[in-house]
Amino acid sequence: MIEVVDGERCTSCDICVNVCPTNVFDKTDGIPVIARQGDCQTCFLCELYCPEDALYVSPFADQAQPIDIVALKQTDSMGSYRRAVGWTDETSDRRSVDRSYLLFGH
Amino acid sequence: MPNPTHRAERVSAPEGSVAFEADVLVIGGGPAGTWAAVSAAERGARVVLADKGFCGTSGATAAAGTGVWYIDPDPALREVAMANREKMGGYLQDRRWMTRVLDSTYQHSNRLADWGYPYPVDGRGTSQRNSLQGPEYMRMMRKRTKQAGVTILDHSPALELLVDDDGAVAGASGVRRQKQDRWTVRAKAVVLATGGCAFLSKTLGSNVLTGDGYLMAAEVGAEFSSMEFSNPYAISPAFGSVTKTLFYGWASFTYDDGSVVPGAASKGGRSAIARALLEGPVYARLDKADDDVRHHMRVSQPNFFLPFDRTGIDPFKDRFPVTLRLEGTVRGTGGLRIVDDSCATSVPGLYAAGDAATRELICGGFTGGGSHNAAWAMSSGAWAGQGAADYAAQVGPAAKRKLSSAGAVAFRSRPGRAFAPAALTRAVQAEVFPYELNYFREASRLQGALGRLDAAWRDVSEADAADRSEIVRAREAAAMLATARWMYRSALARQESRGMHRRDDFPDQDSRQRHYVTTGGLDEIWTSARPHAEASYAEAAE
Repeated sequence: MIEVVDGERCTSCDICVNVCPTNVFDKTDGIPVIARQGDCQTCFLCELYCPEDALYVSPFADQAQPIDIVALKQTDSMGSYRRAVGWTDETSDRRSVDRSYLLFGH
Repeated sequence: MPNPTHRAERVSAPEGSVAFEADVLVIGGGPAGTWAAVSAAERGARVVLADKGFCGTSGATAAAGTGVWYIDPDPALREVAMANREKMGGYLQDRRWMTRVLDSTYQHSNRLADWGYPYPVDGRGTSQRNSLQGPEYMRMMRKRTKQAGVTILDHSPALELLVDDDGAVAGASGVRRQKQDRWTVRAKAVVLATGGCAFLSKTLGSNVLTGDGYLMAAEVGAEFSSMEFSNPYAISPAFGSVTKTLFYGWASFTYDDGSVVPGAASKGGRSAIARALLEGPVYARLDKADDDVRHHMRVSQPNFFLPFDRTGIDPFKDRFPVTLRLEGTVRGTGGLRIVDDSCATSVPGLYAAGDAATRELICGGFTGGGSHNAAWAMSSGAWAGQGAADYAAQVGPAAKRKLSSAGAVAFRSRPGRAFAPAALTRAVQAEVFPYELNYFREASRLQGALGRLDAAWRDVSEADAADRSEIVRAREAAAMLATARWMYRSALARQESRGMHRRDDFPDQDSRQRHYVTTGGLDEIWTSARPHAEASYAEAAE
């Protein structure tokens, strides 16, 4: 489930509020808040759309997990999904590397 | 650019609400809904698309990668493609529909290429079009929908349909949940593209799919078909949401003590996993994947690895606990009954597309996942959008029609108890999640579940209207409850095992039951058998 909206990176663009399919975030005067964490379906799409890599979705779908943000930011987890699918300028060549056609029919 | 006169018109509305006049209203903004909206707009219709979440991220496709049933128009290849799934589907497919879906999917995939979808190119320079990356695909579909002149209402769950005096569907209303107001769209035709129902199981991307369209359609008298084919379960890490059945084809499955679960496999052995999970934990390790396969997996479906990378598990070397999450009619094949080539339902003015509609015509009683559903979404979406636009063109001016709201459950003021959506959702899940009820079906267990579900329906029918802040959840819970009852009533009616529907008390396929089960109703659920086209021809020839 969504665990982190990093106040340092977030620019209050509110894209996550708009794109979350299950309406987990609320706008505020400042950065968005995780208002309904229990509705998060752990689809990782908010991370994908966040242009600042300010969000972190924990892979645990059913339980909240305490997150040490300082330690998290020392890993490459934040933004890792966006980079992997090619939605950053540096990795855009990855948008067309789908090799599913080699896996079908197994 | 679209002609501005072909945009839906915002009209005056009472305070606390917004209203639009359109030719076609599409409810749901996944692949089927966006194809429907684009296709209706290209026919000259003024279109509104209302999505419960955000058109572009909503639904089972956006969060995943999906295969597409894309086959080159070579008669021999097409024949193999149609034939190789017929047995699995219990011979309930319809060859004519399979042919037109293959044609349509080929055309629509090629349109995606023209629009700039970044299809991969293989070593021989051939563009490979049998897979789509969900986020990329749906981001593009949102853009194309807007460019077609469609008015998109995001975060706008539909709650009920509007009907005219003759019972024809003429719009819908709902709430804008981020603006705390209501919306109404008066339209000449409505396409339901609300997806299937996965009962909030958290199978990837499916928690918006709670059968909302089914409930609205049932309230105007629509019929359903193949609702017994509603019990696929997908493998995911026990703690996570990412279901990608294809990759578990390279897994070995073991008990707690490390011994192999006999017969367990992703394809053709998932029931062995379900049986083992009834006894205790089951573990998977993708140890049959060689280095090439591992690489292809990583680049093809990056989100599959997020649960592993973020917990320090190497899925190729480490054992990790798995579970099976119910996918319901999202990957089942049941849904609204289609009555003609334009994907009309049995109710005038109402069309169905994607997983909201039955996929029996191309899948019979089994789908192995996205491939056929993705093809169906594009094809049925386009047909429903065109059909709805053509129907709308024949309907007189909308302003002259007197419309009424069709919603009943959770809307009626009653002196009784308050409507409690969260408790109702848990009660429904307790009847549809357990493998011993839904995966492995048997008459007395199905009847027991139905008795409890029917009692719950009577209970909510007598409950007071849901509070404004709870109305969306109340309608979702009621929709899941109704869906469970159509599923199990249909499952009782099919006294055999066929496709994904397995009866412990009728373990074999019965050639006399090569028919479709139709169902419907809310207070009283009915079922009836409908002949399969080929089976009835064969009988006539005897």
